[in-house]
Amino acid sequence: MQTAQNRKTITKLIGVVIGMFAFGFALVPLYDVFCEITGANGKTAGQYVSSSGDAVDQNREITIQFLTNNNAGMPWEFRPTVRTLKVHPGELNSTEFFARNISGKTMTAQAVPSVTPFYAAEYLHKTECFCFEQQQLARGEGLDMPLRFIIDANIPAEIKTLTLSYTLFDITGEVEETLALRP
Amino acid sequence: MSAVIEEHHDDHHHGPDKGILRWVFTTNHKDIGTLYLWFSFLMFLTGGCMAMVIRAELFQPGLQIVQPEFFNQMTTMHGLIMVFGAVMPAFVGLANWLVPMMIGAPDMALPRMNNYSFWILPFAFSMMLSSLFMEGGAPNFGWTFYAPLSTEYAPPSVTFFIFAVHLMGISSIMGSINVVVTILNLRAPGMRLMQMPLFVWTWLITAYLLIAVMPVLAGVVTMMLMDIHFGTAFFSAGGGGDPVLFQHVFWFFGHPEVYIMILPAFGVVSAIIPTFARKRLFGYDSMVYATASIAFLSFIVWAHHMFTVGIPIAGELYFMYATMLIAVPTGVKVFNWVATMWRGSMSFETPMLFAIAFVILFTIGGFSGLMLAIVPADFQYHDTYFVVAHFHYVLVPGSVFSIMAAAYYWLPKWTGNMYDESLGKTHFWLSFIGVNVTFFPQHFVGLAGMPRRIPDYALQFADYNMISSMGAFLFGFSQLLFLFIVIKCIRGGKKATSQVWEGAHGLEWTIPSPAPYHTFSTPPEDLREAHG
Repeated sequence: MQTAQNRKTITKLIGVVIGMFAFGFALVPLYDVFCEITGANGKTAGQYVSSSGDAVDQNREITIQFLTNNNAGMPWEFRPTVRTLKVHPGELNSTEFFARNISGKTMTAQAVPSVTPFYAAEYLHKTECFCFEQQQLARGEGLDMPLRFIIDANIPAEIKTLTLSYTLFDITGEVEETLALRP
Repeated sequence: MSAVIEEHHDDHHHGPDKGILRWVFTTNHKDIGTLYLWFSFLMFLTGGCMAMVIRAELFQPGLQIVQPEFFNQMTTMHGLIMVFGAVMPAFVGLANWLVPMMIGAPDMALPRMNNYSFWILPFAFSMMLSSLFMEGGAPNFGWTFYAPLSTEYAPPSVTFFIFAVHLMGISSIMGSINVVVTILNLRAPGMRLMQMPLFVWTWLITAYLLIAVMPVLAGVVTMMLMDIHFGTAFFSAGGGGDPVLFQHVFWFFGHPEVYIMILPAFGVVSAIIPTFARKRLFGYDSMVYATASIAFLSFIVWAHHMFTVGIPIAGELYFMYATMLIAVPTGVKVFNWVATMWRGSMSFETPMLFAIAFVILFTIGGFSGLMLAIVPADFQYHDTYFVVAHFHYVLVPGSVFSIMAAAYYWLPKWTGNMYDESLGKTHFWLSFIGVNVTFFPQHFVGLAGMPRRIPDYALQFADYNMISSMGAFLFGFSQLLFLFIVIKCIRGGKKATSQVWEGAHGLEWTIPSPAPYHTFSTPPEDLREAHG
């Protein structure tokens, strides 16, 4: 009797253990979903398909600042072509970033965006961004990389300035690994 | 003839085996409890030596004794060993010894698993300590092993660290399942849950916490392993992952973990204070509910460890208020301990001294915790020595003092001999002074801006650091006195009675001292003594 009861309790507890192990991994997609909904973390969403109904608010002007960072050990030259833009909410804007591979070998890079203040991230829609893909540059090669974006007309009134920052990561190693795995 | 056979039978099944194999194969809860306690003491000294290296280096500004790389390995290993090797196994050891005796059970419910869960530990810690001798050195990224420091920039030994954490996790989970099954199914007939001693209650709740969060820890180190060796990018921003995610998952484990290290301490203190105040514990029911509330709250406050990573203001407010809410059940507990002592007929034997010091010093640690919970203040305090002072106040004179209190309190029951009271008191006062001299000045250097985890510091912090180091040497070396007292007590001393302490209540005090190898083979009938 005792053993049967023990077995029942143990089975339940092992269920909890397995469930919590799975929950640890479930936190990964849950975290992304949570950040996307709340705009926490300053992560911008994927490619935005603009609907023609976006009205341009000529009365408001928002300053957008562009920042670039190189992740530790990333040798590329990486900068925005303009540092700031003044834009109207609802309007389609475009700018360019410049990258040059000053290392002696072909490298692949990935830019990761972040917006400050964080809660402004959900009002920044990108219709085209170099961060949606990876950049492979031969040694010495330079590239102008386009960014086209719309600031949502519903952006809260208190936001007058926002900063869009890109960090450039060297992912050459990972890309080679993935290619090597392919038959 | 039959008498001879019976005697033979007795030898093999009712007493301990002879020699070293007794300890290797034992399934007896008392033997395993002893193993856990000795192991944890060994780890306490190991981690303590590392703390001595840290304090010796910080004795003066500049680099004198060790290089920064090795210093980082010391802070990391000190933290990991003290948390997973010293404090947690000590409480599991106490649970092994005491839970069956307190609930009138003959042994733990799963004795064979009990043996496995102990014997995993020496292997896990050998593996972790061996990384000190590997190329590139031991893990050097702090006990919180934040990614990508612990993935992309880690020494190669990080893989051994990951497997060691897996093993510790398996050990803790098995141990906790054992505790839960024992408490739920093996209580003496007629013993209701609300009749259990508080130590049993706090351990039941702790075991649930462990079962819930150790798998999350296993998950997070598995993700690290995959990032390092299998090309995934859970925590690598360049690959689409997020380093902040690491901190969320880690602290989802980490915050309940800190309560895992303190709830059993609450149970110990709730047993000792009534004994030496010669009164029943004040507010037993509220103690149980407060413990359960703390355990529940521990799951929903984790982000207070990471206010400065950039959390939306709504999130910061929520985590700030939720964290402060924990002060309510904790306050209930402190109130109850003080109310138990109120107008009690108190005497101040060593366990009681440690228990009272626990109440006072743990409360100081709780208050500095409240200060850290205030978001704008935390932006200043974050990663300074103030944080170090805070968590050492709750862990050393908190958890560690309660373990020492427990050791002195139940040592006569375990060994059958009284320990040397005047040596015990000396040990207490040396520890008490040592702890405060070590950690109190760290509040000041922290508020003045000294960052944690650094081998060198600006000149204005020199005086307090020297004081702190002297306190640490005093505290460290007085633990050798503790070792001496315990060995002396095992070897002999004044014989202890069954009850040991005049005011002690509980089933463990109804059996002879030393506790026979097998107790409560038939369940106790008189449960009036079940809790004090």
